[in-house]
Amino acid sequence: MSDALDMRSRSKSGTAALRVPPVLTVVLALFALWYLAVVPMNVQETLTRAERAGVAITPDSALARRDTGNLALVVGNTHALGESWSLERPRLPAPHQVVSELYKSTWVEETTGRRGIVNSGSLSNRGLVYHAMVTLNATMVGFLIGTGLGILLAVGIVHSRVMDMSVMPWAIVSQTIPIVALAPMIIVVLYSVGVQGLLPKAVISAYLSFFPVVVGMVKGLRSPDAMQMDLMRTYYASSTEVLFKLRLPASVPYLFASLKIAIAASLVGAIVGELPVQKGGLGARMLAGSYYGQTVQIWAALFLAAALAALLVWAIGAAEKRTLRRMGMRP
Amino acid sequence: MITPAAPADRKVIPMTHPAPAETVIRASHLDLTFQTGDGPVHALKDITLDIPKGAFVSFIGPSGCGKTTFLRCIAALEQPTGGSLSVNGMTPDAARRARAYGYVFQAAGLYPWRTIGRNIALPLEIMGFSKAEQQARIARVLELVELSGFEKKFPWQLSGGMQQRASIARALAFDADLLLMDEPFGALDEIVRDRLNEEVLRLWAKTDKTIAFVTHSIPEAVYLSTHIVVMSPRPGRITDIIESPLPKERPLDIRDTQDFIAIAHRVREGLRAGYEE
Repeated sequence: MSDALDMRSRSKSGTAALRVPPVLTVVLALFALWYLAVVPMNVQETLTRAERAGVAITPDSALARRDTGNLALVVGNTHALGESWSLERPRLPAPHQVVSELYKSTWVEETTGRRGIVNSGSLSNRGLVYHAMVTLNATMVGFLIGTGLGILLAVGIVHSRVMDMSVMPWAIVSQTIPIVALAPMIIVVLYSVGVQGLLPKAVISAYLSFFPVVVGMVKGLRSPDAMQMDLMRTYYASSTEVLFKLRLPASVPYLFASLKIAIAASLVGAIVGELPVQKGGLGARMLAGSYYGQTVQIWAALFLAAALAALLVWAIGAAEKRTLRRMGMRP
Repeated sequence: MITPAAPADRKVIPMTHPAPAETVIRASHLDLTFQTGDGPVHALKDITLDIPKGAFVSFIGPSGCGKTTFLRCIAALEQPTGGSLSVNGMTPDAARRARAYGYVFQAAGLYPWRTIGRNIALPLEIMGFSKAEQQARIARVLELVELSGFEKKFPWQLSGGMQQRASIARALAFDADLLLMDEPFGALDEIVRDRLNEEVLRLWAKTDKTIAFVTHSIPEAVYLSTHIVVMSPRPGRITDIIESPLPKERPLDIRDTQDFIAIAHRVREGLRAGYEE
């Protein structure tokens, strides 16, 4: 027994070690591609600045360069591309610029900024941490509403043929409407009945996150096979007992698969909900960045949102592992 | 929840055939036709059979002969389309509501998220036994199937044979007098099957239950049963009922005796006759 366990852990760590080089290679290749793409993307601005600094550029007028292909400009002016990766307002910022902006708007802003947590006692509303927390709050509230609603609907669908026939098509239709079109309407309608702040954003989050939960839970609640249902029948179990003792425990693995999708969808919902509101949050930050041409700021917010999503999905994965182990599922 | 009917209630349930006390299952002219997409399938035809209390009855026959369907009729998992069937003097559905039988399926069907002990507790929880009573019963049936000490294990930690024993323990836990077993050892290898056969016989002798047992295996049927019901397919019907002359005490090597071989021969003849018709 202990031998078998040893072998399993050894082979597991072995594959993990084997997995590092290929993953690293792909990441490095992506970064290399990014650094390369920065050159043609920013070539117009780079050459204009070089020209102002007195370097000879062909063609020599900004107007003529606008009509020339970016790649042709790169090839014709290889001597003047030095500033490609350090422009103040690049079309495409280089990775290190994004990382530096991230560092500045989180650590530097909080520790040294006038409104930072060190000097003012509260998170700076110019820093990313504050905006990430705003988004995270709406995401979590929306996720809880969406998950609760999804589970309730799934239980109803499994137990009632009428609900199966009536709710499921609407649930599917609801997901075909683009959320960017729907979000402002939800916010306006809720505002007119006096609901504003966190809740409208959470509602948009819930709107996106309930669907994967419904689909996953319906499948999970129906996963017990005919024999397991027959067994409950021989015990003369009520449908409540079947639900709590058989259907719900059997659906747990399906639920977690759905929750991973739902939490990522919740985050997207919260960000989309922040676009029309403009009262903080990563979505507001991104839109502000695009108003003022602050591409680096947009990318930094984007990166933080991606990191947040990764963290949330990881947290669900960890909860899944713990729960399944506690339920005695085969590791 | 409907409380299990007290034994005294039986007599007040109006019956077309007042069943004598010693008959547990009484079927007369039972018919069952499934309506399928390919037209009606005659699963059971004119099954007439009495199973006395304390009997060990095996149903043997090829696939499609209706042996499992008949067992499911007794358990009220299927609804007969003709004839009459009574279990403990009640309709099968009333017997199901009174939790009159334990059912063992071909697969153990233990819940992977419950330990062996909690799996056995499942019917006890549903039937409303107290926690202390549950514990006492779990310990008792685990000892009965020789799984004491495995209460805290999860199903995946047990072999297939042990899982099936746990599922038998689960069926025994609530003390139904009737045990319905649907090819319980069909998926196990022969060595494990031999052991479990011995164990089932020992259980039967100890607990004095009535057992209806569906099987594919002639030696298994002959070794275990007091009555062997030979069935044949299309339509599913009884071709022979053999009362075994073997003694109640049966060591494994009884299978080499003349009596045993003679019964096995008769079963085989019955099965062949069903095919040739």
